[in-house]
Amino acid sequence: MTNLTSLTLAEARDGLARKSFTSLELADAHLAAMERARVLNAYVLETPERAREMARQADERIAKGEGGPLNGLPLGVKDLFATEGTRTTACSRILDDFKPPYESTVTSQLFTRDGAVMLGKLNNDEFAMGSSNETSCFGPVVNPWRRQGSDVKLVPGGSSGGSASAVAAGLCLGATATDTGGSIRQPAAFTGTVGLKPTYGRCSRWGIVAFASSLDQAGPITRTVRDAAILMRSMAGHDPRDTTSVDRAVPDYEAAVGKSVKGMKIGLPREYRLEGMPAEIEKLWSQGAEWLKAAGAELVEVSLPHTKYALPAYYIVAPAEASSNLARYDGVRYGARAGGSNIVEMYENTRAKGFGAEVRRRIMIGTYVLSAGYYDAYYLRAQKVRTLIKKDFEDCYDAGVDAILTPATPSAAFGIGQKVGGNPIEMYLNDIFTVTANMAGLPGIAVPAGKDSQGLPLGLQLIGRPFDEETLISLGEVIELAAGRFTPEVWW
Amino acid sequence: MSVDAATVRRIAHLARIAVDDAEVPHLQGELNAILAFVEQLQEVNVDGVEPMTSVTPMAMKMRPDAVNDGEIADKIVANAPVTHDHFFLVPKVVE
Amino acid sequence: MNAPVKPSNLIKGATGDWEMVIGIEVHAQVTSNAKLFSGASTAFGGNPNSHVSFVDAAMPGMLPVINGECVRQAVRTGLGLNARINLRSVFDRKNYFYPDLPQGYQISQYQSPIVGEGEVVVDLADGTSFTVGIERLHLEQDAGKSLHDQHADMSAIDLNRSGVALMEIVSKPDLRSSEQAKAYVTKLRTILRYLGTCDGDMEKGNLRADVNVSVRRPGEPFGTRCEIKNVNSIRFIGQAIEHEARRQIGILEDGDSIDQETRLFDPDKGETRAMRSKEEAHDYRYFPDPDLLPLEFSQSFVEALRADLPELPDQKKARFIADLGLTPYDAAVLVSEHECANFYESVLGGLADARRDGKVAANWVINELFGRLNKEGLSIAASPVSASQLAAIIDLIGEGTISGKIAKDLFEIVWTEGGDPRVLVDERGMKQVTDMGAIEKLVADIVDANPDKVAQVRAKPQMIGWFVGQVMKASGGKVNPQAVNDLLKTKLGL
Repeated sequence: MTNLTSLTLAEARDGLARKSFTSLELADAHLAAMERARVLNAYVLETPERAREMARQADERIAKGEGGPLNGLPLGVKDLFATEGTRTTACSRILDDFKPPYESTVTSQLFTRDGAVMLGKLNNDEFAMGSSNETSCFGPVVNPWRRQGSDVKLVPGGSSGGSASAVAAGLCLGATATDTGGSIRQPAAFTGTVGLKPTYGRCSRWGIVAFASSLDQAGPITRTVRDAAILMRSMAGHDPRDTTSVDRAVPDYEAAVGKSVKGMKIGLPREYRLEGMPAEIEKLWSQGAEWLKAAGAELVEVSLPHTKYALPAYYIVAPAEASSNLARYDGVRYGARAGGSNIVEMYENTRAKGFGAEVRRRIMIGTYVLSAGYYDAYYLRAQKVRTLIKKDFEDCYDAGVDAILTPATPSAAFGIGQKVGGNPIEMYLNDIFTVTANMAGLPGIAVPAGKDSQGLPLGLQLIGRPFDEETLISLGEVIELAAGRFTPEVWW
Repeated sequence: MSVDAATVRRIAHLARIAVDDAEVPHLQGELNAILAFVEQLQEVNVDGVEPMTSVTPMAMKMRPDAVNDGEIADKIVANAPVTHDHFFLVPKVVE
Repeated sequence: MNAPVKPSNLIKGATGDWEMVIGIEVHAQVTSNAKLFSGASTAFGGNPNSHVSFVDAAMPGMLPVINGECVRQAVRTGLGLNARINLRSVFDRKNYFYPDLPQGYQISQYQSPIVGEGEVVVDLADGTSFTVGIERLHLEQDAGKSLHDQHADMSAIDLNRSGVALMEIVSKPDLRSSEQAKAYVTKLRTILRYLGTCDGDMEKGNLRADVNVSVRRPGEPFGTRCEIKNVNSIRFIGQAIEHEARRQIGILEDGDSIDQETRLFDPDKGETRAMRSKEEAHDYRYFPDPDLLPLEFSQSFVEALRADLPELPDQKKARFIADLGLTPYDAAVLVSEHECANFYESVLGGLADARRDGKVAANWVINELFGRLNKEGLSIAASPVSASQLAAIIDLIGEGTISGKIAKDLFEIVWTEGGDPRVLVDERGMKQVTDMGAIEKLVADIVDANPDKVAQVRAKPQMIGWFVGQVMKASGGKVNPQAVNDLLKTKLGL
């Protein structure tokens, strides 16, 4: 029998359709793999009973010739998505044992509407604040990839580190993730997986623990571009409960896989050529461009002049929104409460103990930049810069560019603990290539494209026009076909 | 711009996060590093630029005035640390 | 506004005259079925946390979606206040921590409110009127309720009101006395009730006022103000202002200065006191709510609402004066409460000739009906005499079937026993005598029986009133006094 945990989502779907195996067998294989891989700390909650029950129901549907597009396929869920009756923590102590009495729109589409099977909840940086999955209250996630000849544990990136690690290690066929500044694409690049952040408004944010409302978007992490397309279709869609969700038909993204990219114009932004960028990243980028050119695309150099301001503007807008979004964690209605002789002390102790250092830091920065006398200089200015960043992209697309190719990250995965405790900016720079798409609300995909000299995967990023995820999928598959698949050796 | 220790304490209180005196210098350093990093925005010419209000331009939809939610008090208080008779309880508030 | 100083509005202090400057922020609960950003009910009361959705309880990942009816109600109110409607406005977050504020912020409108400047014309009891400028009106969420008396060392939180839509209506500092302030809030409340955008029920807290009070020497710039929060009756507004102004004058006359602060009014003591929880200056960190989009609508949306507006008190008053010949005073009394105006208009609707008898009807409604209701402590809704019964009584007078005096008896019967006035008049023989022969006989009988009086009246014609009275008495009030008067004049040769 085939190794059920090494199948792609598409292969598993087809195998279920052919009745080569059952959904329950698929679920059991993954639950067993999860158990063996606990050292990776990818899951913060395994839900084997729920998974088997869902798989049995999926098998019944198959027997009756029924079932949605994801029927019986086991997935992992980032712990930022509310799952009804199943503990949801955002990997923060402050949510304690919170069991939402509701299900997020995205996961209800995946599981209730389209028939997928939930394996458990995946680790992430606390409240999605981080780029290495080291801020989780459940401890860091370990990257299934290691440097050649080394057993140093590496980070999987963040904030969707659990999702990326689980997908790379075969602990689920695909996973939900969210991306506020690069939290889908950066961990995908660090783990040799595919990460797709759709256009802002494409997926409902209802029921996803909020970090920065104007930047947060849900999307899939998968092992192939086709799998990303399959999951994207089930995650996307208009939701009247989210004012910022867009009322627009969801295309059959999978149909974009294999579509010719001949004649497409691909922009290479000169501002992404950073001083001191490692040669291997530079080489990877050129290689990617060559592959696309070979597939018939036209490459043009473009300029996105405000690129360097995206990260500083992000570190005003995101903490500002977060400082307000996280005000609800006050120990009154849910979550942990610390003692205090009066209400103010109770608040201050609850939030000091409940939030980790990075979350506290960002709440404080956000509080400061919104405070009286500083709003115009910081927040308002950052939102104006954001308009300029968006306009850079619009000018590019208006000039006929179909998508923009960039490196996904400035480096490969680094060691756990390597960047902790120093200047926070060093960690923030991980998102330098990904954050622009969030600031402009644009779709972006990270596709594995090669390895560094130590054998670690590296990714390329494609940024598209608003709601043109399909072009990213077509282009991403070209890179995937050229670069091949990336699978870590099992050492755990 | 940079923050002094008093500002760190004021901001922490505004954000309702207890801060030990011992933590203040460290926090102050981190906050100032971030503020120094974002300082480069001051060099951008933003004259006449509209601040972004909605990254995906669209009109706000309005909901009909229908009562279709609520009457779930059990669920509302189910996760609360301290309740009594479907009220949330908190340390006494002085007005 | 710097209106001319009215001497009657000045307060005598120990060191000279002072003038109050008052501005009022009214929080009016929007009449709607569901909350501003959730589908939970706005119904008053209910078990704790029953009218609460996950959005109202600020559960993680919950998002606001705006209720269109609340937007329409705010626009209607803006139109009723003759105010500028802003076709684009923005919802901001006002950030602060309080246990009855579950999100840790209130969604409000700060820099771009839905309604801009407008004005309200206010009538005073002395018949004069003045104009109060409206600064703005914006939509915002109400907070929940903290109950402090249920447990010794705990406060209990109920979120039933959390998220209910409020309109905050901010006046300019145009008010100069507690009388003006009370009259302004009364008028505003009347307008809201006419519009149906707020029920104005102050007992339930559906309309409450934050009152900003400062004092100054006449003609000088504004002084430092204090805000008295959440005053929930019109009488208390007056008391709070009077107390606060005198407190401030006392401080200033002692050579001290006023601290700008938030205060509470204690109705039992009739005093204001500083809020104890206000040890720190608030820094609300307003910013546009990223979960929402700018609120935009077209001018045609506004025009459709305008076309649908009911007649408002000022327009109604003008129509009563022009069409029915009412005095401005009577017209003002009738329109001051929507229910009163509605009752009066129902009476008009029941009259055979409203144009002829409208004025009589106004007298009856104001003097007989309202007078009686007041005396018995009844609301108009509980009136034992209905509008159609009162219309029938007035018709009977107008058509000459009964005299005004009989009409009062009839009113009394209808009040206490009920019944159709026309049937009652028939059954109880209350009809005015219209048979001229019968009236002539009554007149002749009285004249013949009183020769001495006849002699007197010839010398002193105003004595005729005595004869009229005698005839009326003899008829049981059922003859027309004018006809009696005419007949007497002929008979007595006057």
